Amino acid sequence: MANIQQEISGFLPEATFVEGAILEVAVPDAKWHELALYLRDKLHFDYLVSIVGMDWGETMGCIYYLTSTADNSQVSVKVETSDRENPLLHTVSDLWKSAYLYEREVYDFYGIRFINHPDMRRLFLRNDWVGYPLRKDYNADPALNPIRLEHEAVDDVTHAIVETEDGKLEERTNTIFSPEEFVVNIGPQHPATHGVLRLRTSLDGEIVKKVDVYCGYIHRGIEKLCESLTYPQTLHFADRLDYMSAQQNRHAVCLCIEDALQIEVPMRAQYIRTIMDELMRISSHLLFWSTFCMDLGGTTAFFYGFRDREKILDIFEETCGARMTFNYYTIGGLMADLHPDFQRKVKEFCAYLPAKLKEYHTLFTGNVIAQQRMKGVGLLSREDAISYGIAGPSGRASGWACDVRKNHPYALYDKVEFNEVVRTEGDVFARYMVRLDEILESIHIIEQLIDNIPEGDYAVKMKPIIKLPEGRYFRQVEASRGPLGIFIESHGDKNPYRLKINSACLPLVAGLDPMCRGGKIADLIAIGGSLDYVIPDMDR
Amino acid sequence: MEVKIKSMKYEDFKDNEYIEHLIAELKAAHTNVVVGCLDELINWGRSNSLWPLTFATSCCGIEFMSLGAARYDMARFGFEVARASPRQADFVMVAGTIVHRMAPVLKRLYDQLAEPKYVVAAGGCAVSGGPFRNSYHVLKGVEEILPVDVYIPGCPPRPEAMFYGLMQLQRKVKVEKFFGGVNRQEKREKVFGK
Ligand code: SF4
Repeated sequence: MANIQQEISGFLPEATFVEGAILEVAVPDAKWHELALYLRDKLHFDYLVSIVGMDWGETMGCIYYLTSTADNSQVSVKVETSDRENPLLHTVSDLWKSAYLYEREVYDFYGIRFINHPDMRRLFLRNDWVGYPLRKDYNADPALNPIRLEHEAVDDVTHAIVETEDGKLEERTNTIFSPEEFVVNIGPQHPATHGVLRLRTSLDGEIVKKVDVYCGYIHRGIEKLCESLTYPQTLHFADRLDYMSAQQNRHAVCLCIEDALQIEVPMRAQYIRTIMDELMRISSHLLFWSTFCMDLGGTTAFFYGFRDREKILDIFEETCGARMTFNYYTIGGLMADLHPDFQRKVKEFCAYLPAKLKEYHTLFTGNVIAQQRMKGVGLLSREDAISYGIAGPSGRASGWACDVRKNHPYALYDKVEFNEVVRTEGDVFARYMVRLDEILESIHIIEQLIDNIPEGDYAVKMKPIIKLPEGRYFRQVEASRGPLGIFIESHGDKNPYRLKINSACLPLVAGLDPMCRGGKIADLIAIGGSLDYVIPDMDR
Repeated sequence: MEVKIKSMKYEDFKDNEYIEHLIAELKAAHTNVVVGCLDELINWGRSNSLWPLTFATSCCGIEFMSLGAARYDMARFGFEVARASPRQADFVMVAGTIVHRMAPVLKRLYDQLAEPKYVVAAGGCAVSGGPFRNSYHVLKGVEEILPVDVYIPGCPPRPEAMFYGLMQLQRKVKVEKFFGGVNRQEKREKVFGK
């Protein structure tokens, strides 16, 4: 860490530093783009994990989390502006493509506009929304934003602020779709978009020329809600984000808070958490298989996948008392102990599933039509995956070893043995196979742990009111669809000053456009299915 | 008159007063004998082939998908033809959170459903806004924009609960007057306006 600090201060003497679990660098906005370029090219911070918009009252700004794919070291950069009326920062969307949507999100929530960003539209809220909801002085009067039943105008042009050669700022408009283009709207209510995603697609015959993604059709405002809740209360939103990674999401929030409080979680709870995480991953990948095959026309697959997923839900239900939103992890451990049948049933399941996976392969993987629709379709290179921040199974299918369980182990992942499934083709088929192979790895992890769960407490006793020490905390876990990051800024109160959820799915849809370009419209369905995004996770 | 549902005994339903109230209302209106028999026949057919328009926005939608899979198998009740197009559906199953941006879309889909049409609000979010009730961007229940026929509480409701709710809808359909009653758009608007 010290040498990153030295390198940066050697390059930019006015940078100031705050040491912590992740080094934080503060730079003035005018120098930020320069430093960003240096960080990316010289220090190999080529993966932009997150941009957290912030409102500190006096100033507003962003915190950028960067990771190096060479040695997995992390650094964060803080940039602020004191102009609340017309806040401006410089964009980095030309350096990291993932910043393209992240900066639009910050604009949507805080009204900070990014100089040189080509497309400053709102991302989640309607384009006629009044105010910026995550600002601390947001006026939540429902009269300002009533439920509008008329449709919002579609925007074919967008605004941008450009810095000219001589340093002046100019407002420009950019075209998204020109009037000659044939634009087809897909969604938000369409069975093949896996939820309420809306795509505007420009077509030339059957060839896709451009995809413009609209999010926000299930934007629930969780981050703002969290700011008025106590820490234990914020937990229950985690289950409802990406409900197919409910356990892992909650794990992330718990980890982040436990880190801040420096609580040691009992061994028994760590074992159970790891097993539950993996069971959740299996159930998610089974659902992926079912729905993906259905998208490609293999309707029976749906029944097979759901049959096996129900077995996991039964196991969950006995212990957690619910089929979907479990509310099982809590700060310092777990809500309840295991059901007496848990170990037996999990072992039975681990013995049962591999044979079924073979059946899946016979049913679908080897099918000629399926192969033709999957192989060589929707290519994503490793560089693009990193630049767009497409991690998780989809990133690993492009040859990027990005598994948080390996790179920054938590719970028991450094004690168990498992392979990180990585393929290099980067097409739909690779993404499909990575997920099916990961099921086997998950079973392998569970088998190592299930017989050795130690006796003892399943939770440390916590006070009902938890106050985190002042500071910023960021933790990631590997959810079913990729790394889920939780950022908390605490000012020492019983509720978070800011809680940001860095979803694994938002980068996935950002990558839709380059992957679909030049392909057929039917490939768009296959590509979308193979990315397996969950919309409530990215919309939050 | 007793409203029969094949899969469940009359006494097992928890809100029979409500159905009896509807029947009393119907009787007071003096139905014509011929039309009354026809009504029963048509309603028998209608209630056993209710086709949902899937409007699954989030978590509850996954539970609704489990309804379609083999274990819960909604084909037993005649709901299995889940349609993605409102033109072919009888009721809209709102499963999941409805937010401001989605409201006009849902309203338009509802308007496109052919009469007679129904709305089922499944899950806390569709009933009242659920865990997100205080959010700036979430509707406090779909009833803010649509007339709801059946509420199914739960977060998410268990598949069994969803069936219970859908059977309630069947009962409701069975006691309706098809001729001159439910299939008239004006009447519905009056009800909604009240
Ligand atoms: S009621 Fe609960 S499970 Fe259903 S959509 Fe809302 S949060 Fe999700």
